[in-house]
Parts: sequence; C-alpha cells; structure tokens
Amino acid sequence: MSESKIAFSRRGFIRTSTLASGGILIGFNLFKSCKPNAKPPVDLAQLDYKDFNAFIKIAENGAVTIFSPNPEIGQGVKTAMPMLIAEELDVAWENVHVVQGDLDTVNYQRQVAGGSQSIRFGWEPLRQTGATARQMLVNAAAARWGVEASECTTNEGVITNANGETLGYGDVVVDAAVLEVPENVSLKDSKDFKIIGTDATNVDIDKIITGKPLFGLDYKTEGMVYASVLRPPAFGQTLVSFDDAAARAAENVIDIIKFDNKIAVLAKDTWSAMKAKKALTAEWKADEELESTEDHDKILVDLLERKDIKILREDGDVKKAFAQADKILERTYEAPFLPHNCMEPMNFFAHVTPEKIFLVGPIQTPQGTAAGIAASLGRKPEEVHLKMTRMGGGFGRRLYGDFAVEAATISNLSKKPVKVVFSREDDMTDGIYRPASKYKIRASIKDGAITGYHLTEAAINGNMYGLIPNFFPAGAIDNYKVDAANYKSNITTGAWRAPYTNFLAFAEQSFFDELADELQIDRVQMRLDLLQKVKGTTDDRIQYSPERLEGVINMAVEKSGWGNKPDHIYQGFSAYYCHNSHVAEVADVVMENGEPVVKKVTCVIDCGIVVNPLGARNQAEGGVVDGIGHAMYGDFTFKNGVPSSKNFDTYRLIRMKEAPVVETHFIQNNLAPTGLGEPTLPPAGAAVANALKAATGNRFLKQPFTKEYELLKETKKEILG
Amino acid sequence: MPTYSLNLNGKTQTVDVSEDTPLLWVLRDQLDLVGTKFGCGIGQCGACTVHIDGNAARSCSTPISQLAGKVIITIEGLSEDGSHPVQQAWKEVDVPQCGYCQAGQIMTASAFLANNSSPSSEEIKNAMHGNICRCSAYNRIHKAVEVAADKLV
Repeated sequence: MSESKIAFSRRGFIRTSTLASGGILIGFNLFKSCKPNAKPPVDLAQLDYKDFNAFIKIAENGAVTIFSPNPEIGQGVKTAMPMLIAEELDVAWENVHVVQGDLDTVNYQRQVAGGSQSIRFGWEPLRQTGATARQMLVNAAAARWGVEASECTTNEGVITNANGETLGYGDVVVDAAVLEVPENVSLKDSKDFKIIGTDATNVDIDKIITGKPLFGLDYKTEGMVYASVLRPPAFGQTLVSFDDAAARAAENVIDIIKFDNKIAVLAKDTWSAMKAKKALTAEWKADEELESTEDHDKILVDLLERKDIKILREDGDVKKAFAQADKILERTYEAPFLPHNCMEPMNFFAHVTPEKIFLVGPIQTPQGTAAGIAASLGRKPEEVHLKMTRMGGGFGRRLYGDFAVEAATISNLSKKPVKVVFSREDDMTDGIYRPASKYKIRASIKDGAITGYHLTEAAINGNMYGLIPNFFPAGAIDNYKVDAANYKSNITTGAWRAPYTNFLAFAEQSFFDELADELQIDRVQMRLDLLQKVKGTTDDRIQYSPERLEGVINMAVEKSGWGNKPDHIYQGFSAYYCHNSHVAEVADVVMENGEPVVKKVTCVIDCGIVVNPLGARNQAEGGVVDGIGHAMYGDFTFKNGVPSSKNFDTYRLIRMKEAPVVETHFIQNNLAPTGLGEPTLPPAGAAVANALKAATGNRFLKQPFTKEYELLKETKKEILG
Repeated sequence: MPTYSLNLNGKTQTVDVSEDTPLLWVLRDQLDLVGTKFGCGIGQCGACTVHIDGNAARSCSTPISQLAGKVIITIEGLSEDGSHPVQQAWKEVDVPQCGYCQAGQIMTASAFLANNSSPSSEEIKNAMHGNICRCSAYNRIHKAVEVAADKLV
C-alpha cells in the first residue's frame, strides 16, 4: 500500500513578512491549498493576510507561535494541527505556543469542524508549511555563513553548519523574511518524526484545570446584556399574542423584544433574564401539524414498504436473487430522535452596529454562520467579524448557527451588545435532532451462501449521503441494493456525531450476526469471507479498504480474546468503516444481579498515522462510550410536537458507573491520517447488541436497549404471572 | 436588592442580588469567576460543582441567601496556580476533550479525596457518578482520581 495523498497546490499559499516587533510571520491558506485547482493570489507581492487562515510567528528570541485555524470542539485539533507544523519546522514542541486563529471569516475556506476531516485535510499542507518555513530559515543561515544550505542541518530550532557553527531560528528570522519562498522542499520520512506520533497534552489544559475563561459562555464585554428567549413549546406552533407586564417589571430586566416567532428577555445578568422569561405568558397556535412519534413510526414503516423509492446503489439482479432464494432473512431496526446535549448550552454574543457586526462564540461553521447573518440582516459579508471560542462540545449541533442568528437579530433590534444564553431546557427542546430512522435489511440465501442484500432506509427529513451506500458490504455481495425514502417533518433535524452511520452501523452489524446464526457459520469468519471478494476490486466507488477492514478485525479478535473467554463473559463483535477510517470493536457483557452490564470494549482502529496518540486514545474511548450510552439510554420522543424530555432529570446520558473500560489499539502503518472524531462511535451499538443477544437471549432491534429490556421484563412477568 | 457577604476563595466578597439568585450566577455574572460552569440548572449534571464548607455542592441550586457563614471554594480557589494534586492529576492523565465539565469534575473529585484518600474503584465510580461528561472521558476521569489519590498519600 502506498502513502495516500490529498492533492494540493502549494504555490501561492505561503507568504511571509517581517513583524514590526521583530521576527517573521508566515501566513498560509490551509484549505485553499487542498483544492486541486486552487489559484494563487493575483499579486503575490501584495501581502494580504486575509488570504490566509493560519500563521506561524517566529520571534527574534526564537519563540514560536502557531495560530491554529480550525474550531476546537474537544476533538483535539488545536493540539494536533500545530504538531504537524512543528514537526517539519523542527522545533521542540514544548517551545511552541498555540493560539486559536483570530479570524475574519469572510476570506477563508472550509474553516469547519465536522466530518472528522481536519487532520486528513491538514496532513500535507500543514507539514509543507512547516518545512517551507524551516527551509527559509536554513537558507538565511547559509547565506550569512556563506555556505550551501544543503550542508546545514536543524534540530529543535537550531541550525548547524558543516563546521559545527550554530544559529538559532530567532537569529535569522529577520533575514529569512525577505527571502524567496522555496518551491521544492522535501518532507520528513515518517521514521524521522520527532513530534508526530508522540503524546502531546491538550494545549488548553492549564486553562481548563484552573477555570480560566475559554468557552463562549465565558465571554464578556463592556455593556453586554443577557438574553433569554421564549420559543414555541411545540414544533409546528406560532406565536399569537403575549403578555410581558410581569416580565418587564422583574428585577434587572432591560427590555423585551419580539422577533420572528419568539420573545427575548434582555436583562443585566443571566439569572434575571431566565427568571423573567418564566414570567412571560404567551398564546400559541398550531399553524402546522403537531407531530408525534407514534405517527412517525407508522409513516416510516409505510415508507419501508414502498416500491417507488429512490435507489442509491444497485448491483447485479437483486430481484432475481430474492426470487431464487432458499431462504430470506429480514429485520427492521429502529432509532429515535436524539438531542446533542452539548455540556455547554448553545450561546452566542453579537454586537450589531452601523459600522460592523461583531460576533463571538462557539461555532463549528464560522464562515457559513457569518454569511448567513450578513444575509439575514441585509449587510455585506465583509462587515461581519467573528471570533471563535473553544466549544463545550459540538457533536454536530454547533454546525447550525441558529443561536448566532438569534443573537445578531436581538442585538440589531435592541442596539445593544447581546449574549443569547440557552437554558438546558431551551437547548434540549429547541434542538436540531438526530433524525429518527428505520432500516429494513433483507438477505437472500441460496445453497448456504448470501446471494443478495437489500437495505432500505426510512428517515425523518433526509436520507444518507451519497458515499454511504458504497461502504461495507458494498462490493462483497453480487446482488446489492440500497434505497431510501424520507418524510418531511417540521421537527428540525441535522447532523449528530457520525450522521446516519451512527445508527446504520448498528443495523448492519447486528444483521450480520443474525445472518451468521442463520447460516450457522462463525460470525467473524463470515465478515472476513465477504471481504475477500472485495480485494482487488476495480469498482472505484467502493470507499473502504478490504485489507484494512480485515486488519482491524483480525487484531480485534486477538486483543479481545475473542472466543476464548470464560462462560460468564458474553462477547459481541462489530466492524465498520466510516470517515475514512476502519474500526473493529468487541464488547464484553456480564450478568450482574440478573442485569446485563457492559464491562469492557476492545477497540481497534486503522486511521493511518496517529498524530497525537494521547489525544487519539481519548477520542476513541469517548466515541465508544458515547455510542454505547446513546444506544442503551438515548430516548427522545414527541407528543403533539412537544419533546418528551427537557432536562437531565428525565433524559438519561451515560455516566461513570455505566461506562465500560475501553482498551484501544491502533494499527501501526505509514498511511496518511484519516478521521478519528467519529469512527469509533458507529460500531459500538452493534458490539453491545450482539453481546446482549449472547447474554440475554434477546435480539435488540430498537434503540434505546434499556427501554426494550424493561418492556421485555414486563412481558415476561405478565406471562409468568 | 439585598446585600450578601460571601467567604469566597479565602476572601470576603459582597454582592447585591435578589435572594433567590443561585451561587452559580453570582460567581459567573457578578464576580467574573467563570470557571464554574452552567450545565443544567437543576443539579443533575455537576458542571457547576463548588465546595461549600468542604463538601461538593451544586452552585446552580444553591441560592445566595443560604450561604451566610459558609466557606466557599471554586475552581479558581482550589489552588493559586493549578498545583492542587487533583488538577495536576487531570493534567498528567490529559483528561479533557472539550473540557467544559472538567472544573466540576475536579471539584467533585477533590472534595471526595479530602475525605477518602485511598478509594476503591467502586468508591471512585460512586463519587463521580453525579458528574456528566458528554465527551465520555470517564475512563480518564477514573484514572485521574486514582493518580490524584496517589499524590495525596
């Protein structure tokens, strides 16, 4: 296997200048450089840092500051992306200071935290940038010494020539800043990495453990007022009228403003705003249907039976395979809506003035949000200035800038600097939820072999994105079909950590276990056998690598002691590809006091080179436990448009006592890094469901499992009297 | 509005707020101590945990009027420079992902370890069960409490 590369154009994405304070500033455009057809700026000599979204600053004393370009939501890019630069720049990591890029979003490309893509896309250009800067420093030193640059070596910020003379980077930065930007720098061989592949602690750790302001909710500025917003209690409702007399009379209240379909209470502090909001009385009417989960269930089941739905991929002759089958296995798997429940509730600061729109807060999509606000207020995009804060979780919720639009709207109307703060109830009930969905999977069996596979998706609002039908088992089964239908609901839905695959992986990997039971073959061997068919495929639509999926499966078998556990440990297997990474997981379940308990999960990941193993293990463990938590407990329904839970007293998230030990292993290779923020989550649900089947005898087809398990116990009680 | 005097992080602080104002919002909005986090407002998630007379307490559900004569410590007052063994353990283990809940986790752990410096795994799990980590860094939180316990012995 060769080291896979993402094409990018280096020309024109790096410029340097001297700093007034001494030192050098190297600017580069991370994401423009990833685009194969990127054009260099028209006039390179005219340095305009608006064209760049990341910088390295080297001071005359040799101190290195790296401005990290991407939003940090807990996925660790603020640590890992600068590590890529520091590696090739050849400086000691402990001497690097990392700062969140302070941005004018108007001119930037793909400044997004989403899809587990930051490291994958940053891998080449960030290292190229570090290497280019290093070469310029070397060239400057060589010129001063009157020697060839090729005679010089670097180590941790010090340049050494053949005579053993040394110069620090800081000694030559002023010279380097006026040199030509070299075009042909070489990158290190992976065996020479000194920073990549070593454990680096979260760069914000000291601030986090001492409680320094970091997050959107922590931001304050002179004259800022706090807004608590009353929104429709049910999806489908609009505001008819409201009485704000009591709220206006409440302590510290500054103003009450109706906007769109909502009412904002502005107060001097958060508590006063939240309290006064409760004093508002409002009348709402249903302009649209008030939807309920019961209705959705019926609609989605109907959709699964329809024949005229959209085909996403079809290979061979599925109809014929099923017509000629000895046996057909069919199962339907069901998932509820899920709120994101970021620990930091949604919030945003906005100050709209005639001169500009100033925004501060936690957002995964700063560029799109800034553009949306400019459009909604009828202002020019360049009037919007947005500062990103660290985010107290994202999980997809902060891809949507609705809360930032609210802040800007309220600031525009009130002419004040405003911080909108969602209460937990606002956050959970005015969500953009993981859509409820159902998957019907059918397999045809002929002469003891799987001859056909047909997966149908029925989901609220939208269907799986185009690449997913090319994930495993596409290519492994000759007659293969994926089709999908959706129902347009007024309940808002969107991306939730590992969109679609967060549940699809559960459905498919549960189904493979059932299929193995049906065929009476080893469940792991069955997966491996299917992969053999994909090796050497010429179908370039296939997204996964059969070799790499096989690799994680084999290591998971070995590391988990698969098949060699004492009788009281029930294991479940699952393997999945998504976000360009391959993952296999084995869950160990034991029965304690008659209840199944997930004790341990062995997780094997092939995400290529692991840039920061310390951070990577944290992501992997978190993804597994998050996946298990939502599969076990995530229960969210609607009755006449009203969500079933408003806060953590009724909505259950996984906690310490329920979290299994996660043992993580990475496949060691020299392949370019792929996603890690999401891929360990999708396989977790099926690993647990497959172990639960072994432990309890019951096959869980519907999430959350605890709800199904309680129903099952009640049914048994009734039968037993 | 009534005036309240607080014994906070070793200093006396005076605030003018209504009597039902939770300590959380006094800390965050009146005193600019934003290390104590808002998570749920109903004492269910633990993000707002502080020490009141040495015990872990939910500042979101503790009205200012109930704090007369009490000694309050927040994450900012746990140590001057992050040198408390629990803070150091959190750094050594590299616990945080998003980091939002961690001040509350650290306050819960430090109050717990002050009364039990050699806890069993079960005791750690019970003590930390009330604090939600949405990133699910529970393995590391557990490990960090063990590391901190070793430092405290």
